[in-house]
Amino acid sequence: MNIIVCAKVIPASSVIIELDPAAKTMVRKGVPHELDPAAASALEEALRLTEKQGGTVTVLTMGIADAVIGIRSALAMGAHSAIHVLDDAVAGSDTLGTAKILAAVIKKENPDLVLCASESSDSYSGIVAGQLAWLLGIPALTFAKEIAVDGKKVTIKRQSLTGYDVCESELPALIAVASGINEPRYPQLKGIMAAKKKEIKKYTAADLGLGADQVGAAGAKEKVLSIGRPPARAAGKIVNDEGEGGKQIADFLAELKVI
Amino acid sequence: MDFNLTEEQQQIRDEVRKVCREFPDTYWREVDKQRGYPDAFVKKLTELGWLAALIPEEYGGSGLGITEGSIILAEINRSGGSATACHAQMYTMGTLLRHGSAEQKKRYLPKIATGELRLQAFGVTEPNAGSETTRIETTATKRGDKYVIKGEKIFISRAQESDLMLLLARTTPYDELKDKTRGLSVFIVDMRNAKGKLEIKPLDIMINHHTNALFFDGLEVPAENLIGEEGMGFRYIIDGWNAERILVAAEAIGDGRWFVERAANYAKERVVFDRPIGANQGIQFPIAQAYARIEAADLVRFQAATKFDRKERCGAEANMAKLLASEAAWEAANACLNTHGGYGFAAEYDVERKFRETRLLTIAPVSNNLVLAFLAQHVLGMPKSY
Ligand SMILES: Cc1cc2nc3c(=O)[nH]c(=O)nc-3n(C[C@H](O)[C@H](O)[C@H](O)COP(=O)(O)OP(=O)(O)OC[C@H]3O[C@@H](n4cnc5c(N)ncnc54)[C@H](O)[C@@H]3O)c2cc1C
Repeated sequence: MNIIVCAKVIPASSVIIELDPAAKTMVRKGVPHELDPAAASALEEALRLTEKQGGTVTVLTMGIADAVIGIRSALAMGAHSAIHVLDDAVAGSDTLGTAKILAAVIKKENPDLVLCASESSDSYSGIVAGQLAWLLGIPALTFAKEIAVDGKKVTIKRQSLTGYDVCESELPALIAVASGINEPRYPQLKGIMAAKKKEIKKYTAADLGLGADQVGAAGAKEKVLSIGRPPARAAGKIVNDEGEGGKQIADFLAELKVI
Repeated sequence: MDFNLTEEQQQIRDEVRKVCREFPDTYWREVDKQRGYPDAFVKKLTELGWLAALIPEEYGGSGLGITEGSIILAEINRSGGSATACHAQMYTMGTLLRHGSAEQKKRYLPKIATGELRLQAFGVTEPNAGSETTRIETTATKRGDKYVIKGEKIFISRAQESDLMLLLARTTPYDELKDKTRGLSVFIVDMRNAKGKLEIKPLDIMINHHTNALFFDGLEVPAENLIGEEGMGFRYIIDGWNAERILVAAEAIGDGRWFVERAANYAKERVVFDRPIGANQGIQFPIAQAYARIEAADLVRFQAATKFDRKERCGAEANMAKLLASEAAWEAANACLNTHGGYGFAAEYDVERKFRETRLLTIAPVSNNLVLAFLAQHVLGMPKSY
């Protein structure tokens, strides 16, 4: 079974995010990057599946040159090869543009299964997975908290508000994993050494037959009107429990119509 | 001249940093409080192969250099942890690797690489021969195909968290030697089979360091466990000193960065007299000064490590790195404690713990006076002072 894992590489969790008010994006250039932990979970599932059943795992990343550090991390964890869409022309792509780019690569590779995170840990749009499955014309199984593959059939447990739904599909399919589906492994030092020798294939938008009308800032259908920091949180309310703290909390929640 | 880490070195640093995030301040604080051994942390590093970084690939390690080894240990200390708990598993095997027989290497190194065998105790120091190693009195007397060990060692770290120990012992009486640097030999001692003949007494010291007094009462060691030639042991351990000094320097650099970061953050946040204390030069200058000293020491550490990995002579640089880094870390520790005021003494800020821990590095594994004596004599050609 050959799996492609769509893996975003994002500013490291230690970075305090700066916003670019003119471009209305977060500043990515020049800050340390790491593999998105959500993508690492998708990769972890892919590795477990191929460890059991054989096959290969390819990580697919669209991102700036600094993303290589995260791609190497993915290779060190055990991915067999990687594809990096690296092109100034794709900067500023909206979610649909991103999905078109990923879909173009995936069509070339023709995998049995596509795995990705339900949403990335930096922008949380949560719609690329659906768009991607639609562009590829394959079923999308989302919010998977458990995955089992049996021959040409895949079954997942889909996280729901109250528990889970069991969903089945034929392969090829796309699965978006729920956050916390697993504890992604840390790379072994040997894995890091071996990663140096693994291939990172590079593509540009032109290689994928995608023009400026489809991808990049010009091709974006989605426009960011404004960008800013969330307002500072108002000070919380402290309840001193002098016997009837419980009641005070209940009254407070009732006032907010939470209960 | 390139002062940047390679992409691979950056990745090593970043991946170690990620692992360390799983072991936050609270973890180390609790281990310190319990005077415990950081088992979970050491287990994780072992499983991921970090402690086998320096073992050649043919024996199951990653065959990396001292530069990379130093990056790993520095990052552990920079994260707030203490690499001393396991650094020796990384480098003690160096003596075996350089001077052991092919058979010994095949027997031990692959198991050390997986962590199945722990070789992280090194028995050199004795009560009657501190810095003057050539005066040690513990004897190894040959009887048939065995050596019989008698004597006492002190400050032998991790003896209880190690399966094997490298032991330096006297095989020729001091008075019979013309060359006083001869007459000592290095053995691999399997402490798992030493019951009754080796007593290990933990020492109660200022830091959580798992260090012990050892009493050998006729412990028998198979002659095949002698490393290299009898009588050449002092040379063999000196060979390992440069590596150890560079790695210890890196730990000090890691500590120093931790102190500077904590101090600078606290100085920005703590408001007294209506402004952040960091607005006072009396607070910010010592932190800036310590920062500059750490960065300077770090350059010497990388110079030493680079020369070591190129197999060039690096005694001067390795000693200077240890001296400068341990002093810079101590300076940073003081600046950090001063910046924190009374809170610096509260365990929950972790400053007092790191403060105690980093102080050791100016004294062990070699005291900075002896480093200066080395530089004065061997680099600057002044008379021997000791
Ligand atoms: C926590 C801890 C862990 C340790 N772990 C180990 C271990 O695992 N294995 C091991 O073998 N050893 C270990 N040691 C021992 C350590 O290496 C020694 O403590 C160190 O080398 C100094 O020896 P000493 O304590 O006997 O000091 P001494 O030699 O008694 O020296 C005392 C002081 O006098 C100074 N001095 C001595 N001679 C001179 C001179 N000629 N000129 C100027 N100054 C001089 C020294 O610099 C020092 O400041 C450890 C020590 C500690 C504290």
